Amino acid sequence: MLGAVTSWFSSPDDAVTRLHDAGYLADAATATTAYLAGALEKPLLVEGPAGVGKTELAKAVSRATGAELVRLQCYEGLDEARALYEWNYKKQLLRIQASGGDASWDETHDDIFTDEFLLTRPLLTAIRREEQTVLLVDEVDKTDVEVEGLLLEILSDFQVTIPELGTLAARRRPFVVLTSNATRELSEALKRRCLYLHLDYPDADRERAIVTSQVPELEDKVARQLVASVARLRELELKKAPSIAETVDWARTLIALEIGDLDEKAVADTLGVVLKHASDHERAVRELRLR
Amino acid sequence: MTSGLLDRHIAFLEALRSAGLPVSLAENLDAIAALQSLHWGERSTVRDAYAATLVKRQSQRPTFDALFDLYFPGLVGSGVAAEDDTGGETVRDSADALRGFREELLAALGEGDDAELQRLAVEAVGRFGAMPGRGPGLSSWSAYTALQRIAPDDLVEQLVAALLAEGRVDEEARRVAGRRIGAFTRVVEGDARRRIAEEKGPDHVADVAIRPTIDRLDFTAARKADLEEMRREIYPLARRLATRLTKERHARRRGPLDFRRTVRASISTGGVPLTTHHRPRRPHRTELVVLCDVSGSVANFAQFTLLLVFALRDQFHKVRAFTFVDHVHEVTHHFKPGADVADVMADLAASTSHAALWGRTNYGRALAKFAEKYDDALGPKTSLLILGDARSNYSDLNVPVLADLVDRCRHAYWLNPEHPRHWDTGDSAAGPYGEVVPMVECRNLTQLGEFVHDLV
Repeated sequence: MLGAVTSWFSSPDDAVTRLHDAGYLADAATATTAYLAGALEKPLLVEGPAGVGKTELAKAVSRATGAELVRLQCYEGLDEARALYEWNYKKQLLRIQASGGDASWDETHDDIFTDEFLLTRPLLTAIRREEQTVLLVDEVDKTDVEVEGLLLEILSDFQVTIPELGTLAARRRPFVVLTSNATRELSEALKRRCLYLHLDYPDADRERAIVTSQVPELEDKVARQLVASVARLRELELKKAPSIAETVDWARTLIALEIGDLDEKAVADTLGVVLKHASDHERAVRELRLR
Repeated sequence: MTSGLLDRHIAFLEALRSAGLPVSLAENLDAIAALQSLHWGERSTVRDAYAATLVKRQSQRPTFDALFDLYFPGLVGSGVAAEDDTGGETVRDSADALRGFREELLAALGEGDDAELQRLAVEAVGRFGAMPGRGPGLSSWSAYTALQRIAPDDLVEQLVAALLAEGRVDEEARRVAGRRIGAFTRVVEGDARRRIAEEKGPDHVADVAIRPTIDRLDFTAARKADLEEMRREIYPLARRLATRLTKERHARRRGPLDFRRTVRASISTGGVPLTTHHRPRRPHRTELVVLCDVSGSVANFAQFTLLLVFALRDQFHKVRAFTFVDHVHEVTHHFKPGADVADVMADLAASTSHAALWGRTNYGRALAKFAEKYDDALGPKTSLLILGDARSNYSDLNVPVLADLVDRCRHAYWLNPEHPRHWDTGDSAAGPYGEVVPMVECRNLTQLGEFVHDLV
């Protein structure tokens, strides 16, 4: 394994620098795991609460390495035809009618099951690409169990079997990122094939760095107050704790409203940006004595 | 990988497996491949590599971290710094040392400085937790002794004052103080484990000192901090269950064949029924009546179950809840949709007094009162759920009343938070009640989740 030269990242430190240049501030664990995913050529399963930058990690890897991002958004009812490939049967029908019945069955058969009539979907696209590719399988916990079975072959051997064409192996292994909100336990078989990374809310310093890099107009003093307030909110027992994305939204709100000092009144007025449940709202107001 | 490193690796994996993490051979090989492609200069890098390849569920992470600290300790003995400070002649436990130490600790807790707390924890065990000269086979370090001497819980008031001065609000300061002191206590315990592991080998400690993960922890064995953590787990658990139930319901959505629509659709394909049409299934929803024992021994269990049931209330047609000790009290009105978990818990705790006249659990009396006062609660569509350890202080059991209640509903279950080996010991009446109602063991969140899922 050590001998294999990979062009993803050369070391965990390299991963930190390059992800940083791509606008993603990774902590040590994230960088190490991202490096390992590239070095071992294994898929990376990222779990964590909503809005901590799971999808963003895949996008940042693609930006940092200059690879193209192929994205498969999972949803309930996603099937093979949407995820892997489909025969363009309308075109096939047209082809048969156009040949006017002169050709023999064998010829027609060979003719209509070729690349020309194959509609590739994200998974097959990612495998067949010649260039570096990042494959993002987003919200994999939303799919049905059957799709997980489909992913198994692709994630372990990076190949797809199409009955009419044979087995297509990856020309170049893509960097695979799967994200999950853990609303459903994924199967052991799928987890076993992946490296695992749990992303959580960042500590205050990193969160401030993220906010200031996303919203550079924000004054340093306000950024400190903002991050401290979010940290205090996360310590409460809320139904939905504020995510990083919501912290950034809050920062943008403060800029838009031209609030230069995040005092208690300002917090109370703009709390709706970060807390999305009425009971959470009440609780925060009561516990932090905002009114 | 020679010189014992491989042995250590294998031993570590064995310990993970015996702690309940499913580590496969493939993952073992992945871990080795990962280590080979990294530099081992940083301990945290090695830990991240192990974590990425071996731990596939966040709830297992605390167990993993504890075991990693045992097998790959960050420090040997008291570390280099301690020996340098005093030139080999360590100042042992003394009143002066203790006072100085507590001041340092208070400052570090006020700052929330993790690195400093880590150093202090090492010092705490080294200085105040040593028990030299004990016989062979007994460990010479004790977190208990160290914590008794330092008594961090007594620092709460001062810490709260310091946090208030920082501009925090009263309740919040108290919570933060509690959390920081709890964290320090855990670090001290971890350090004592590390030292014992150094003396006696990690395998010995791994067997006895590692606590199960939070979803496998017994309700009855949970500490205060664990209970808080469990409460935070309830909503995610409810959400996971709801997703699973919806999925399963969708899979079984196809009802009986709709003959008329199928034949009608077949006309367009020349009479061949290519696609079949089905009638939608009628959703079936249970009415649930929960009757729970809220006496001290099982109060936590009852509260968790109630919270979970009410978090899933939209899966049921109707839910009513009653609590009892020796008297029955209805608590359904505390569970408003979208209400705050912490508030509900507080209300429930406050209402316990209504359920007790004398304060001694009496199942027989409670059942009789229930049959008398809430006769209308049970019907042919209801499922009855009884929560409790069936320990009735040797009083009259009133089994016929229970049998009558059970007869009147569709299903009845009894959830018992005790291990089956404790059933029918002492004053437990699990046997007699178990003959009337199927009694189910339900000791931790995993079992509870499974049961509620099957119930719906």
